[in-house]
Amino acid sequence: MSTYTLRINGQTHQIEGEPNDSLLSVLRYELDLIGSKFGCGEGACGACTVLVDNQAMRSCVARLSAVAGKTIVTIEGLGGNQLHPVQQAFLDAEAFQCGYCTPGMVMATVSLLRTNPTPSEADIARIMDRNVCRCGTYPRIVRAVKMAAERTRNTEGAEVRR
Amino acid sequence: MNRPVDIEVEVERYELIEPARYRFEVERREFMRIFAVMGAGVLVLASVPGSAQESGRTGQQSASSDVSAWVHIDERGRITGYTGKTEIGQNIRTSLAQAIADELRVPLNRVSLVMADTDLVPFDQGTFGSQSTPRMAPQLARAAAAAREMLLDRAAAQWNVDRATLGVKDGQIVGQGHSAGFGEITKGQKLVGAVPAGVSPSPVAQWTSRGTAEKKVAGVDFVTGRHRFTPDITRPGMLYGAIIRPAGYTGTLTSMDDGAARALKGVTIVRDGTFAGVVAPTERLARRAVTSIKAEWSVPSDLASSQTVYEQLKKAGSTGGGRGGAPTMAGDIPAARAAAARTLDASYRIPYIAHVPLEPRSAVAEWNDGKLTVWTGTQRPFGVRTELAEAFRIPETQVRVIVPDTGSAYGGKHTGEFAVEAARLAKAVSKPVKLVWTRAEEFGFGYFRPAGVIEVKAAVNGTGRITAWEFDNWNSGPSAIQTPYDVANRRIQFHQSESPLRQGSYRGLAATANHYVREMHMDAIARALGVDAVEFRLTHLTDERMRNVLTAAAQRVGWPKTSSPDRALGIACGTEKGSYIATAAELSRADKGFKVERLVVAFECGAIVNPDGLKNQVEGSVVQGLGGALFEAIEFAGGKLANGTMAQYRVPRFKDVPVIDVVLLDRRDLPSAGAGETPIVCVAPAIGSAARSFGTVATELPVKLL
Repeated sequence: MSTYTLRINGQTHQIEGEPNDSLLSVLRYELDLIGSKFGCGEGACGACTVLVDNQAMRSCVARLSAVAGKTIVTIEGLGGNQLHPVQQAFLDAEAFQCGYCTPGMVMATVSLLRTNPTPSEADIARIMDRNVCRCGTYPRIVRAVKMAAERTRNTEGAEVRR
Repeated sequence: MNRPVDIEVEVERYELIEPARYRFEVERREFMRIFAVMGAGVLVLASVPGSAQESGRTGQQSASSDVSAWVHIDERGRITGYTGKTEIGQNIRTSLAQAIADELRVPLNRVSLVMADTDLVPFDQGTFGSQSTPRMAPQLARAAAAAREMLLDRAAAQWNVDRATLGVKDGQIVGQGHSAGFGEITKGQKLVGAVPAGVSPSPVAQWTSRGTAEKKVAGVDFVTGRHRFTPDITRPGMLYGAIIRPAGYTGTLTSMDDGAARALKGVTIVRDGTFAGVVAPTERLARRAVTSIKAEWSVPSDLASSQTVYEQLKKAGSTGGGRGGAPTMAGDIPAARAAAARTLDASYRIPYIAHVPLEPRSAVAEWNDGKLTVWTGTQRPFGVRTELAEAFRIPETQVRVIVPDTGSAYGGKHTGEFAVEAARLAKAVSKPVKLVWTRAEEFGFGYFRPAGVIEVKAAVNGTGRITAWEFDNWNSGPSAIQTPYDVANRRIQFHQSESPLRQGSYRGLAATANHYVREMHMDAIARALGVDAVEFRLTHLTDERMRNVLTAAAQRVGWPKTSSPDRALGIACGTEKGSYIATAAELSRADKGFKVERLVVAFECGAIVNPDGLKNQVEGSVVQGLGGALFEAIEFAGGKLANGTMAQYRVPRFKDVPVIDVVLLDRRDLPSAGAGETPIVCVAPAIGSAARSFGTVATELPVKLL
């Protein structure tokens, strides 16, 4: 067992663990940051997507030893007192059914828009292809991403707490 | 709420309304509990007139009561509907609330629902079969309508005015210079009423919330990740469980070396017969403990594989063990075949497929003084309550099942084995325990859509009319097995079989398989006769609703012209659960096969309650249908799944989704049917028939060019 320093949503946590323990397990079950969902544990569905140093990462396969000291943002760290434009766009486009994949989709979208503020539908499909919506709301998610892109461009730099 | 026992308690009836047609054998204390939870006010019970609930899996039946829903209005005028239905992504928390809001003439945000908490809601068989909209919505609407009438009666009496001069507007009873909120009228009272005979929901013309695209209730909790699904529930002092499993999907535990796990601080090993699991203070430690345990399992030999299963299903179904229902017979098949100009026969294979709900099966279990409370994602809260009561040999009154709005199910969450497992672990440690199945457990220990063999034989006369239709389905299921086409001579039969893999409900049940084979065969006959596939169907269709969707889909897709010369079109139509669907697919050629470029879907399910919610359901159903049509199939051999992981079992992703064009036909003159299932059924045959323009298509699912 070692101690790992995790910087999550602007707060620092000292976590006891094994190097191979998953970030998701710590987020969900020890810090009660339950917005990142457990879907597959294989890094294949994207329900657990968080930002690590601004990159979208599957927290279920992110090992403690690999994320220690880095800047981690979860869905709880978006937006502050009001909804992040991406969250608002998902709400407005009704881009969900059961909503289980939604936080992961939102985080993947935030990451996508950081690197590509004007994604085409093909760009969205390519980048977001690692996130599964089993309810099949993909057409609506694409709409939400485009809507968010437009709004983010107009409002300059959406708030992400560090 | 407990299922009533045979104690006769006369329900207090509100004296100013007509006597009810039914007397409810529901214990008075049940309502008192609602009042205890919700405070005083008005409570109106609704029952399904003269009908037993849809039969689901076994369990004690609800025979002694037909109360299916109730609506409560508290002293502050807050309106709450109570239903045993579960929200699993189909958006009924919103659409059912819309029904209540309309009848009480209030905006949607005034209404909330208590769903699927067995201590608080009336018994319900479960959320499946697209029944929530056609069956539950009218019940809640009738209860709300009756509550409205009771409030009017009450106000008229209080103000001593003619009731006919009063009206309901925006949560107020108004008229004759008076005005009062619902809460003021019932202050300090505990009024219980039943829906009297003759109270029916408002006609569609009076809908205000219904018929509009209301946003999902509490949508903000989902985009912020705040909503607590079952895996997100925490309880004070809660520990984490994990189950020890065989490597494959089957096996009996023979021996177990748990020395390493016992050495881990805080870990408890629980062994009870063939059940074995661990409990630990953290989820990480529980996982570590399970992987440290060396368990031996005996696995039977001679298990079927995904190659041999079809032969086995047909054999087990047609000989002694077969328990098929009696066939549907009409006319004289041999005579029709003898007189036929030509006959066309085919045999199709339908594989097992997995639901893959993104929220894994999971439960949080807690024992308090012998009473068990379990939070779990299930479509059958009362069924799971029965399972738990039976497993622990306790009365159902000692079990409470609460279903948080769930991360989807698609028919895959009818059982509660994970709830039983969590409860067993919790019992062992006398603390709340959370159990979340891994994705491997999901594939290996959930259940699948049944595999099957379907054989179809058709005879056609000299004028191109189908004269005989024989259809045999082994194991896949009887849903939508009948043909909607006008054929004089028919023999249609489902043969139940012994499935080597655990199988159960799936979105649309066997309607997908039966539609696939029937529509692929209709297409094959049309091609063989050299006639247009739409015309050919219309020649055999008198059902106006079916003709309408077929024509609508054909028109929208531009049938029979493709949008570019190298593409191909296919079409299919069908009906299931009282709604009608036609799907047209446009494909292009791709490297080794084809690519789906566009799907046009025409759907009609009577009067539309929430157009945007409906469109969402139709699109989602179509996307899910793409998986079964294009790549989903469980592969197995020797007691193990060969593709039982998310990485190996391919489900539709962004890149797989074509343009989806949904045409909704709103039949406001017809009752609303459910819509979560039917749109899935014609995706595969539309694609399969289009693919025939590129070559020979295999007689199986997924659709494949030979």
